[in-house]
Amino acid sequence: MELSGWGWRHSGRTEYALRGVDLTIEPGERVLLLGASGAGKSTLLHALAGLTGDDAAISGDQEGTLLVDGGPADRSRGAVGLVGQDPETQLVMARAGDDVAFGLENLGVDPGSIRPRVHEALRAVGFPYGPRHSTGALSGGEKQRLALAGALAMRPRLLLLDEPTANLDPEGAELVRGVLGRLLAETAATLVLVEHRVADVVGLVDRVVVVEPGGGVAADGDPSTVFAEHGRALAARGVWVPGSEPEPVLSAAPGGGARLEAVGVAARTPFQLGARSTPRRVVLEGVDLTMRAGTATALTGPNGAGKSTLLTMLAGLSGPHRGRVLPHGPLAEVDRRPLVRWPARRLARHVGTVFQHAEDQFVTTTVRDELRFAPLRAGMGESETDAWVDELMWRLRLTTLADVHPYTLSGGEKRRLSVATALSSGPSHAPDVLVLDEPTFGQDTRTWTELVELLGALRAEGRAVIMATHDDLLLRHRADGRVYVGGGRAVCGDADRKERAPAGKRTRRAHD
Amino acid sequence: MTERRSPGGDMLTLDTPEDGGIRYWLVGLNPAAKLLAALTLSIGLLPAMDAVTGGVVLVGILLLLPFSGIDGRTLLVLGTPFLLMGLSSGLVNYLYGEHGVEGALGAAVRLLAIALPGLLAAVSSDPTEMFDGLVQRLKVPERPAMGVLAALRLIPLLADQWRTITLARRARGLEAGYDPVRAVTLFFGRLFALLVRSIRTGTLLATAMDARAFGTGPRTWARRSHWRIADTALLVGTVLLLGAAYTFSARSGTLVLLFS
Repeated sequence: MELSGWGWRHSGRTEYALRGVDLTIEPGERVLLLGASGAGKSTLLHALAGLTGDDAAISGDQEGTLLVDGGPADRSRGAVGLVGQDPETQLVMARAGDDVAFGLENLGVDPGSIRPRVHEALRAVGFPYGPRHSTGALSGGEKQRLALAGALAMRPRLLLLDEPTANLDPEGAELVRGVLGRLLAETAATLVLVEHRVADVVGLVDRVVVVEPGGGVAADGDPSTVFAEHGRALAARGVWVPGSEPEPVLSAAPGGGARLEAVGVAARTPFQLGARSTPRRVVLEGVDLTMRAGTATALTGPNGAGKSTLLTMLAGLSGPHRGRVLPHGPLAEVDRRPLVRWPARRLARHVGTVFQHAEDQFVTTTVRDELRFAPLRAGMGESETDAWVDELMWRLRLTTLADVHPYTLSGGEKRRLSVATALSSGPSHAPDVLVLDEPTFGQDTRTWTELVELLGALRAEGRAVIMATHDDLLLRHRADGRVYVGGGRAVCGDADRKERAPAGKRTRRAHD
Repeated sequence: MTERRSPGGDMLTLDTPEDGGIRYWLVGLNPAAKLLAALTLSIGLLPAMDAVTGGVVLVGILLLLPFSGIDGRTLLVLGTPFLLMGLSSGLVNYLYGEHGVEGALGAAVRLLAIALPGLLAAVSSDPTEMFDGLVQRLKVPERPAMGVLAALRLIPLLADQWRTITLARRARGLEAGYDPVRAVTLFFGRLFALLVRSIRTGTLLATAMDARAFGTGPRTWARRSHWRIADTALLVGTVLLLGAAYTFSARSGTLVLLFS
């Protein structure tokens, strides 16, 4: 695999995502590709997979040359296996076996030998179900393993993995990494891996390549050399380097009185359309929680256990199946009714919510309007609003992006904006309660530190913070209390104890 | 995994119990045959305006119901809208039509007899098998058919995104309350947000398909779509049923044709 002076510009953009990349990868090498967020890592992977070009999935302008096996990448499609980060969009067919067979059908493999290859690939990734199992009924980790099987069945000489564990809970991620480690020991395939959580995968690779946003290769070599020589510089630019994790500066949690209380809350799966849909079932039952001022509470537990559902109920966005979420203290003075009965405008002023996908909560067309939206509705004056919005943009490094459409921001910028919108009601009446779903997910170290310090400042001001997260580092720095959500219940444990702490006093068992 | 007594699976898969037997006769047929049969009945019934011709076909279809593997719940969920449609069409014809009760009954029965076969064909078929049948038996172009099949997978995802967008709007303080005009504007705002999300999701799926060499050359088929004697029998039976319906209504003098 050979790149010389290679660059790529997405159609409609004026700046190159990558430029002047000189890189040679020999067969059998295992390469970890690093770079700050927006450095063009995924673009490079897609190009290697032959997905960029005139009649390919991703259009834009290319400069320089990119050769895979001595030929242009687009001709070697199929010799290359690519697994992306979103489990929902990796699978094509409705049944596991058919999905693995999909790539083989496309390659024109003789039908008689498809079935054995499918079985072999499913076995290789340790797929726990039969080939007729529905792909819709799989967990995220199972979906990613199946996607890996689909790529492996094609017997690629080059395996490209774009953050394959990014969307998974720790258990799911561990499973996929385990499978990966075993497979790499067995095959001679070349690997190029993109992964934020470097410490978890550094054992799988023998070479690290760092790319620069809009530039070429910044560092290249074996992992220990690269991290020893460039570790500090990389960390400063936002790359997660093992041993140089950020150390956010935090003030102590002041604690305080109750702000919200969940009483006997039960949650059900959402209503499903369709003829053979599964009826709604209860996923959480008998959850009793108190959220206190000046305290940060973390919800942990596997994906699909109901963390996000619980968050939307605590934020007053959706009604619990049974039980109530009640305001306390100053919130109760505003409105005594359960949170879900509050009018949206009042709710938005007192309870800020940050969703997992930042785009979901954008309602205007520029960054500035997005931040002006809440204070103007809260009745703040024009000039006062502008001063506050300017300050907010400055604090979250969004000033240069004031007139940009929110959808066109990078992942880190979107996250910062979505947190800013939740806080934008104004300095004097920022929300009393802040609810966040995976706030640090996929962020580079700079954004991570900013977010964590911002949340720390809010906590110090006496606001109640509750967040669902898998982020170990965040849990260590920020969580004053932990709630493990899983197996149909929510178990309280304090921050010092490990997860799966024994049932707290305020928690009842679910009727399973 | 334990085998279930009722048809299992979800929106995109249909699993029949292994010992299902005659109850699942229709499920076992080639979806292409079922689709052809439904099409034959629908087109064949277009010219007949009376209740008797449609009625005979409708009785034939209802007799097939016990062998279609459809459970009560599904029948209720899917059948009710059709029944209401039939009734309302009958009512409108009764109130404003020129043929009184007879014409109204004819319209209602005709609508049901035309719509039900298609519904039955769709509900009793596994979508993947339907795709195989369409591509391999009816020679439908493969690329668009595959696109539709892959897009079906995104429907549950879309429903999830719609729910999230709705909640997110409430979180930002946007809610219509009792104002209908505002409800409409907010609805279109949400629709636009969903469109943006779904385009993004669709692009990701297309990339994943391309990464697995979709569209690089001629494909082979991992699954074979078999055409059996029973499939031919279904088509023959369909034509016979249609013939019997017309003969019966003509003999009994009730046949009313569309342009007569």
